[in-house]
Amino acid sequence: MADLRCEIGGIKSPNPFWLASAPPTDKEYNVVRALRAGWGGVVWKTLGLDPPVVNVSSRYGTLTVDGQRMTGFNNIELITDRPLEVNLREIKQVKRDWPDRAIVVSLMVPCEEPCWETILKQVEETGADGVELNFGCPHGMSERGMGSAVGQVPEYVEMVARWCKKHSRMPVLVKLTPNVSSILGPARAAVAGTADGVSLINTINSIASVDLDVMAPTPTVDGKGAHGGYCGPAVKPIALAMVAEIDRDPECRNIPISGIGGVSNWRDAAEFIALGSTTVQVCTAAMHYGFKIVDDMITGLNDWMDVKGYRTIEDFRGLATRNYVNWQDLNMNYEIVARIDQDLCIKCGLCHVACEDTSHQSIAAMRVDGARRYEVVESECVGCNLCMHVCPVDGCITMHRVDENKPYVTWKDDPRNPMRQAAE
Amino acid sequence: MSESSGIAAGRLSAVDVAANFTDVKDPLDRRRALIEASRCYFCYDAPCMEACPTGIDIPNFIRKIATDNVRASAVNILEENIFGGACARVCPTEILCEEACVRMTQESKPVQIGALQRYATDWLMAREGQPFERGEPTGKHVAVVGAGPAGLACAHRLAMLGHEVTVYEARERAGGLNEYGIAAYKVPGGFAQSEVDFITGIGGITVECGKALGRDVTLAALRRDHDAVFLGCGLAGVRALGDEGESLSGVVNAVDFIAALRQADDLTTLPVGRRVVVIGGGNTAIDVAVQSKRLGAEDVTLVYRRGADDMSATWHEQEFAQQNGVRLKLWARPVRILGTGGKVTGVEFEYTRRGADGTLAGTGETFTIEADQVFKAIGQMLVPDPLVEGGNQVLALDGGKIVIDDDRATSLRGVFAGGDCVATGEDLTVQAVQDGKVAAHAIDRFLR
Repeated sequence: MADLRCEIGGIKSPNPFWLASAPPTDKEYNVVRALRAGWGGVVWKTLGLDPPVVNVSSRYGTLTVDGQRMTGFNNIELITDRPLEVNLREIKQVKRDWPDRAIVVSLMVPCEEPCWETILKQVEETGADGVELNFGCPHGMSERGMGSAVGQVPEYVEMVARWCKKHSRMPVLVKLTPNVSSILGPARAAVAGTADGVSLINTINSIASVDLDVMAPTPTVDGKGAHGGYCGPAVKPIALAMVAEIDRDPECRNIPISGIGGVSNWRDAAEFIALGSTTVQVCTAAMHYGFKIVDDMITGLNDWMDVKGYRTIEDFRGLATRNYVNWQDLNMNYEIVARIDQDLCIKCGLCHVACEDTSHQSIAAMRVDGARRYEVVESECVGCNLCMHVCPVDGCITMHRVDENKPYVTWKDDPRNPMRQAAE
Repeated sequence: MSESSGIAAGRLSAVDVAANFTDVKDPLDRRRALIEASRCYFCYDAPCMEACPTGIDIPNFIRKIATDNVRASAVNILEENIFGGACARVCPTEILCEEACVRMTQESKPVQIGALQRYATDWLMAREGQPFERGEPTGKHVAVVGAGPAGLACAHRLAMLGHEVTVYEARERAGGLNEYGIAAYKVPGGFAQSEVDFITGIGGITVECGKALGRDVTLAALRRDHDAVFLGCGLAGVRALGDEGESLSGVVNAVDFIAALRQADDLTTLPVGRRVVVIGGGNTAIDVAVQSKRLGAEDVTLVYRRGADDMSATWHEQEFAQQNGVRLKLWARPVRILGTGGKVTGVEFEYTRRGADGTLAGTGETFTIEADQVFKAIGQMLVPDPLVEGGNQVLALDGGKIVIDDDRATSLRGVFAGGDCVATGEDLTVQAVQDGKVAAHAIDRFLR
């Protein structure tokens, strides 16, 4: 049995699976159901100053891909719409009842030091394990000078993080918005502000779809739509890249990361951890299927770690970051070509047409005694592996190394590079 | 009558027989399992789960298949049903989990839950032993009568709870109906014995084969020498037709024929009739009819006294029999069995109909089906003789079966029962497993 316990910026958790600050963590009722299901921690839905915000209906839009619902998910909900006092009372009760779980409180108040100082004191009294600064929300709050309006300005991020460290003994996680040209700006600012960790990504500014009858972006509110925050499985690749960017950045000095973005199962979590995350946060998958999905996450991660021989989360955390390099550091001599297992091939021809129409014309469409047959023309194949991705049969098209283990040569040293620095 | 009539072995070549008795289902490979698993909606309070007598968390195990978390998927199944492998093969899912699947409402095409369960359990059984740990020894010793699904499920759960178990099995091998009673093509490749080894692999379970209750051990002695007793002895008796000609040569109990078939080393040596008549409407009737056909019987007619909806064999089983060339003849009951020279030559039937009050009535009209082998498959019954102590019947029976409460406790303190021998019993492997599991927890509470 692997040990799934973890610690991020001083916050301990029995497993790396947290619920992200969002509707699932808006009240004690939901949070207790989640903790009962086995979640290691929660980030309570963002608290703000009273009076509470007012939300609209409807609030969610989705992207359905080939019948798979909620592949992408978009919301225009704001922070908690319940009185601050009610949330604080419930947080205190939950922490008292669930001392072994990580109870982190998300906060968003105006960019004035006294506002932060006041709310931090109130949260501290609940016994919560830490706070997460919501600098990410791209809709509604940003127009009020909060959320991503702060997160997009590194100077503000650093300033507020510093205030929070100054006015609280609680660990401070800074939640980063992906709605920036480089995630390193706000991430480095969080480090400079002495934050204990960063959480990312918050939602991506989006319009989920357009209702062509109403002629408005979805979700529509009485015939109008607003831009919202995009999340769900579709955003995972974007989130992974941003997490990895921070994990490998020397200036970020290995700041602990809570990875967020489309985590739906144990494998997604393992990928975030392999790129440096200590915990992961989940929202869309829970909103789609309920809290029970954490059972697959815990058992799946545990069994995979057992098979791989990883005893703790730290044993494999960041291992993939070491192999995350820039393009110019890739091996120019590495060559692979596609091979088609004719016994597995079902003759759909997708590999051929993909290669023929859009790539390198290296899969021949043939008829042998009238029967369809697709064959790789190795001399033309550049090893792009598009055919492997379009092939609907697992293991039918595989890529094979053909460079006979030539030495590792990067573009910087490649003789074909006109800008190459001549070797001494 | 030519020489080729009558009952003979080797009607088909060894190659054909091997093909006929190989796995009736094509197990899902990973790709097909992933596609099928993706059809599951992960329902809340899932109807499939409620329809499963053992209460397996079906959406959870299917989600784990979808995420390649197959070991944990199998553990989900086995923690509720240690016979998850057998049940994946033999459960009438069409009237249980798959009938309840919400996709039936939506599109009349359920998620193939049985096939997915098999994918997960096969995956685990191919790689490791049963995944549970034996509990801290309690020093208590429980006797289990019968090494079928009820008895072994009980024994396994008792071992998990730390109790020592001795299983007394009348037959030469453990497994019960999985070993002796299920059609061979449903559990090929020695699966039943592999599963017995898998289950007893937890340790703390001693199986003593060839020890029959009433012959080699008595209920009184078991109660005296053990801290509790579980009876999972099944139904050892076979109902008789009570018709003239029943003792003719060629008139056979279906369960005996199936048991012989299951134990035969070489199916080409197993004699079967050219013209076969099966009397009955349950799974045993279907299994003996189809297996006769697959052994090479030319004409197999299954005759049942009521209609298709009244048969205890499911619609799926009926279709399967028909696909195998078995003729189903409904609304007819045997009047007498015909023979010459001591051998059966046919069966005379009377047409039946449902009377005004719903009871079965004969129409007076008859017909005859020629046959050189007749299988009786009209049900089994409990043999109550061993359930005595000092000459007294000590267990309450109802309708010839053992009475139990929700805990599977019998009327006799410290004696529990489950599986086919109990009054509430449906003749389902999965129900027997649930009985054994529930009884084990009740026994545990009784002993602590």
